Order: sequence, then C-alpha cells, then structure tokens
Amino acid sequence: MNKEELKVRLEEILPAAAFEEGSEWVTMTIDPAAWKEFARQIRQPSGLDLDYLFCVTCVDWKTHLTMVYHLVSTVHRHILVVKAKLDRNDPEIATVSDIWRTAEFHEREAYDLFGVKFKDHPDLRRLFMTDDWKGWPLRKDYEDPVNMIKL
Amino acid sequence: MIEEIATMENGEMVVNLGPQHPSTHGVLHLVITLQGETIKKVEPHLGYIHRSIEKMCESLSYRQFIYVTSRMDYLSSHINNHGCALCVEKGMQIEVPHRAKVIRVLMDELTRLASHQLWWGAMAMDIGALTPFFHAFREREAINDIMEETCGARLTMNYMVPGGVMADLHPNFQKKVKAFISLFRSKIDEYDELVTGNIIFKSRMQGVGYLSREDAISYGCTGPTARGSGLRCDIRKLVPYEVYGQLQFDEPVGTEGDCFARYLVRMQEMRQSLSIIEQLIDNIPEGEFQAKTKAVLKLPKGEFYSRVETARGEFGVYIVSEGGMTPYRIKFRSPGFSNLSALDHMARGHKIGDLVAIMGTLDLVIPDIDR
Amino acid sequence: MFSIENITHSIDAWLNSTFSPGLALLLESLIVGLCVISLFTILGLVLVLMERKVSAYMQIRMGPNRVGPGGVLQTVADTLKLAMKEGLTPDGADKFLFNLAPYLVIVVAMMILAPLAFAKGVQLWDLNIGVLYVSAVSSLSVIGILMAGWASNNKYSLLGAMRSGAQIVSYELSAGISIISIVVLTGSLRVSDIIASQQDGWWLFKGHIPAVLSFVIFIIAVTAETNRAPFDLAEAESELTAGFHTEYSGMKFALFFLAEYVNIFIVCAIAATLFLGGWMPFHIGHWSGFNHVMDYIPSSLWFMGKTFFLIFVIMWFRWTFPRLRIDQLLRLEWKYLLPISMFNLLLTTLVAIKGWYF
Repeated sequence: MNKEELKVRLEEILPAAAFEEGSEWVTMTIDPAAWKEFARQIRQPSGLDLDYLFCVTCVDWKTHLTMVYHLVSTVHRHILVVKAKLDRNDPEIATVSDIWRTAEFHEREAYDLFGVKFKDHPDLRRLFMTDDWKGWPLRKDYEDPVNMIKL
Repeated sequence: MIEEIATMENGEMVVNLGPQHPSTHGVLHLVITLQGETIKKVEPHLGYIHRSIEKMCESLSYRQFIYVTSRMDYLSSHINNHGCALCVEKGMQIEVPHRAKVIRVLMDELTRLASHQLWWGAMAMDIGALTPFFHAFREREAINDIMEETCGARLTMNYMVPGGVMADLHPNFQKKVKAFISLFRSKIDEYDELVTGNIIFKSRMQGVGYLSREDAISYGCTGPTARGSGLRCDIRKLVPYEVYGQLQFDEPVGTEGDCFARYLVRMQEMRQSLSIIEQLIDNIPEGEFQAKTKAVLKLPKGEFYSRVETARGEFGVYIVSEGGMTPYRIKFRSPGFSNLSALDHMARGHKIGDLVAIMGTLDLVIPDIDR
Repeated sequence: MFSIENITHSIDAWLNSTFSPGLALLLESLIVGLCVISLFTILGLVLVLMERKVSAYMQIRMGPNRVGPGGVLQTVADTLKLAMKEGLTPDGADKFLFNLAPYLVIVVAMMILAPLAFAKGVQLWDLNIGVLYVSAVSSLSVIGILMAGWASNNKYSLLGAMRSGAQIVSYELSAGISIISIVVLTGSLRVSDIIASQQDGWWLFKGHIPAVLSFVIFIIAVTAETNRAPFDLAEAESELTAGFHTEYSGMKFALFFLAEYVNIFIVCAIAATLFLGGWMPFHIGHWSGFNHVMDYIPSSLWFMGKTFFLIFVIMWFRWTFPRLRIDQLLRLEWKYLLPISMFNLLLTTLVAIKGWYF
C-alpha cells in the first residue's frame, strides 16, 4: 500500500487527523483522546495491519510534549508515524501496551524521562532512574547542578 | 550473586540475579519469582549503566554524536555509527561515494562476524562448555587486528563520518581479510562440530524459551531473536541501504521459535556475512573515501529516521532537528530493549538453568538497552 | 627388575627382627598411615596442577607457569594460601556437624585406598570382599555431603547438597552393576584375584562387548558420582551458589577440594584395576616373549600410567561438554544407564557361564 492509499484509508478511520507534508513516511497528528480507539483500528489484521510498533518517542517542545509512534506492517510493509500533542503540565495519554506488548517498556521509559502518564498501564514505574528520583531528566527545563555540567 | 529477598506466603521465593554476572552480558539485574524450581515471573531492573546518551547528544554537534553510539552496543560499534551517519546524510542530502559505501559494508559485516563470535563463545560458556570461549576469541583477534590497522582501535572504532569513512583502507586490508576468510571458513565448521552437534547442548536448547511469531511481532523483537520465530525482519533485505541491494545473501529464518532455532539462525548469519565479505573484497572500487562536506554540519528543520541492521537487530536513529548545530532531540531505537521485554514471556514455566540459556540466545548487550 | 616388594619385604623383615611382633605391627601401621596421608597430599597437589595445565592447553593458553619451574609449585602456594585464610562458620550453623563434614569425606576417601593395589605386592589390606568394600564405603561420602549442606544453615547449600546427594546415590547403582559384571567374569571379589585373572590380558579386551559396555557405563557413572562436568550442576558458576560447600572457607574448604580430586583418583584407580588390569602389564594371551618384555616396565608405573590416563580422560570431558540440567541428569541414569547396565549384567553372566570370553 503506498502513501496515497494509506492516507485515504486513514482518513476514513479518523477524519479529524492532520497530515504532514513532505515527510518520508505518512505522518499524522491526532488528538490524544482518540489514540486508543485509533490504535485498535489500525491494528486490525484484515485492515491496515500495522502490527509492529518499532519506536515510541517523546519530544519536549517547550510549550507542549509530543508523543511519536512509529509503526510498520509486517504484511503490507507500509510505515505510519502517529503524533499526539500533550499538555506539558499534565501529560496524559492512553496506553497501548495491551495492543502492542512492546509498548510496555517504551512507555515506562517515556514516563521515566518525561513524566508522561499512561492511563491503564499495567506497571507504570521508573525504568532507568532510581525509584525515588525527582524530576523528569530529558525535559528541556530539567536542572541538576550535581550531575549536569554546563559548558 | 544470588540472595533471597523475601519468601511470600504461597511458597514463592524472590531471588536476585545480578547485577554482577559471571557471564559477559553486562549489568543486568533480574528479579525472579520462583515457585520451587520453576520461574513464575522475571522482572528486569535496568538503569545500572544509563548514561543519558540521548540527552548528551543534544549538546554535541552532528559530527560528534556519532561516536557516542559506539559505546552503546559496543559489539556492533561500526554498525551503530553507520546508522547515525546515514541519518545525518539523509537530512543533509549528502551523496556518499561508491568506494565509501563498499568500505562501510565491509566493516559492518566484519563487525557482525566479530559480535556473533563473541556471542557464540559466551553462549557456550553459559551452558557449561568453557573451552569454546577461547576458540571464539582466537578468531576474533584476527578481526580486531584488521580493525586496528585501518581504524586505529579494536573495540570502539570511530571510523564512520557523515559522507563516508574517516580514512582510507590500510594497504594490508585486502590481504588480511582474505586470509581471515579462508581461516574462518574451516573454523566455523569446527564450531558446528564442537557445539552445535553436541547432544547435551541440543537437549539444553531445544524446546526451551519458545517465542511464537505473533508474540515476536507484538513484543517488537528484531534480529535473530525474531528470525528464529519465523519473522522476516532483516533491514538489509527490506529496506536495502548502501550496496546491500546488489549483493547475494540469504536471510536465515527458523521456524521452531525455541533457543536452538535462534542459535542456528546466528550460525547461519555468520556464514552469510562471510559470503558477503567474499563478494566485496575483490571488488572494492577506486574513488573517494569521503564526500566533501562543510566542516560544521547543520541539519535542516525536520525529522529524519534511519534504520540499519546490527548484530542484534534493527537499530533506529530518530533525529528531530530545529536547524541548529546540535540535534534538538535524538532517539536511539535499540534492538536489545524490545528483545529484553520478551524475556519474561519466554522464561515463565522454565527452570533457572533454562533462563541462562534463553538470555544467551537473546544476545543482550546491556549498555545498548540502558543507553 | 626393580620392585617395591623388595623394599616392603626388607623393611618388614628388619622390623620383625628388631622389635617384638606386636610393636613391629604397630610401627608398620604407623608407617602405612604416614604413607597414606602423604600420598593424599601429594596426589592432591599433583592432580590440581594437572587439571589446571590440562585445561589450559585445551583452551589454547598456558596455565600456571610462574611459581616454580614450569609452575609446579602453584598448588603448594594455593594450599598455603588456603591454610592461612580465615575459617568462617556461619552464625546459625550446627557447629559440630559443620566441622565434622569435611573430615568425614576425607576419612572415607582414605579408607577406600585400603584394598587398592598400587604395584605388585603393595596393597594395604587384601580382604576377601575387596570390591564390595570399596563400593560400600564410597557410599558413605554422601553422608558427609548432606551433613555439609544441612549444617550450613543456608537454603541454597541444602538445595545443592540434596541435588548432589540424589545424583551420587542414583549413579552408584550403575557403577555398582558395572563392577559386578567384572566380578562375574572373574569369579571373585578379592582385588588380587581380579588382577591375577588379567595375567593373560586385560578384561577390557578379554571380555569384549560386555566389558566394553561396562567400562563406558562405569566411566560415565563415576564422572557423575564425583560431581564432575558435565554433571556438575550443583556447583556450577552460573547457577545457584556453589553447592554444598558454599559456606566453607579456609582449611575446611581445602579439605573438600582435596577430597574431590582424590575421589577422582580413586575411581580411576578402581576402573584401572577392574578393566585395565591394575598393576598387570599389557599381556597378550600366552605370547610369552612379548609378555616378558612388557614385564620389564615396573608394575607401579603400569598402575600409575593407567590411572592417570583415565584421569586425563575425565578431565577432557570437563572441558569439552556443556552441562546437563538436573532433570536430564537423573533421566539419563534411571531411564538409560540403569536398564542398559542391568541388561549388560545378564549378558555378562551368559558370557561367563558359556565361557565365551578369551
């Protein structure tokens, strides 16, 4: 399925999505509230069959956080990039660890480093930092005079 | 190394495995819940070697950040660097000369061989046969010597730059690689005789740690871990980069999904790497080894993603750039991270001895997972 | 021809002429006791060094080569180090049993040395049930191991000890049945009779198929009995703890360590005695010329040569094969080795009755 066809199918599923122009793969921005249902739809085996979630990233844009999900279909070999803008003061989005099991660890990493809360995550704890660490290390406004050296 | 944390009411015991190991996996801390001898749950505790590389790269220039990735998966250091260089080239639309492409692929395949050799030695050592470790390192020395001559280092060879490679090949390179190929062809048959055909080894690995194809996809497993379960996921075949599209090689795929299938996939991969090197070593084209680029690289505003196949699986470099001299956000998609998440699923219901075998076939390098 | 018999006889004659018979006997026992202890010590030193050198050369490296010429004093240095280490006793351990266990294992190992014939005429006690004595006394070492595991007050030591105990007790059956098959062929339990019956050839060759089967089963069984790889799950490094001797340090650990290596020597000596003729040189039937030439090599050399060759084979196993899991180990014994050895015993009996051996 090439980019145009994929776009058409995606618009059918979620008309409210905004597509980006000029990117290598089909990139769309959705409303975080619609993520769980949308994820279930695109995972459908007989539909788009996007069964392989290969990258979950969080980007701190200073005014808001963005979750970026990279998905590929092992059957049709098309790639989709889904972005969701989150409120910086209370970033929350539904978990997809019940749809793609790999998300369990990736979402824990996003929680640990950025503070994004994933609703209904089976085990949302810090992953890399110690359990009693304060703050979200990868955010742009993170200050740590002991560990961070500013040149 | 093993100590009891607590005994729960229903007779389950919680024990610690690590973070210090007598094997070469790195600092991995596993909290295992045991019922008698059977494993009920395995929980990895990560972060012992977390160096926040992603945050560090936000203050490094586009030429500098590549070499931090050598320290992530240090056994596939060339391939990691390659992935970063590809990402930068994608962003800046740099055209890499043909000679540089061939050199890069040669270095990648030699690195893949070296990584699999170490994996083989360590895997046999975990199962209990202590001698193959020495054999594996003896052959690996040949590759390390080749790397040292051309790149100057044996483990973290900072050799790839955006646009090509840092320096031209050493005059001895071709001769030494050819000698290595003929040496290793006979040795890999020895490896098969010594370990693969051994009945004790087979009975320790067959039927242990089953991972179905659907689970491999769901857990995001890549590399030989997923290929052992029947999933075709070799980036060199799916999205050919550099000269992989013009080379003849197979993608070994297993069907059983147990430890032995993953083991056989890696042994086959070693042979395929050897054949790739053979195809290229006589046909290195003349030309530039590095494209002309500006001294200071600035990626345009946007997002760029490159994927390469390391010895462990798919390595992804995701750069979000705001047009500055340093990346705004870098994310490294490491193969070990997803492979590790499948460990709990694979190990349930097995014994501790089997857990060691499963971890061996996953081929985990913890700095790669922790970044 | 040089023979230790001459020395022992001359010492015996001199003692009996100088002292009263009772005192002479006492002095002889004392001398024998000293010899056994020193044999133990020397064997331990030699075998540990042999293990390290053999393993090194198989692993393309050189092993200890600094301490002493070619590294021969390495084990002396190790023993001195272990003797000077602090011997810790865990807090809740049963002190009496904890201290007794290593000595029990050593005493058992020493007692088994009694009926072994090291050379022609050099045998401590040629009792009429020699082979049965060896088999029975070697079973007592299990008590020492279980004692060590229990007295350590450590759940993992106990687990390791029970695993070792189960392993040893299971494999004793196959080893015992293999021994019996040679006894059937010889017709006697006395060690000197068994060796004498190999005057015209070793049982390994004379007894053809049943003897070869017994030999193979015996070697596998004793490798498992002495907790050597590939059957060393109880003390493997990447598994739970170090088995029953986790809590031992210093001299007591040294005793366990020593006992393990001397046990290997003992079982190889038994295998050499039963299957390879003990101190009997390599004779072929009644070729008197060839046999006469073979007799020139001293019998002690024959015995030591055979035993050390078998020790080398057992060490070779360790550095070649991976480890078996505990359930695979026990399955091997109960489902494969035991039925095969029982069938082999029947076969041997048939061969012995019909006289179908050389």
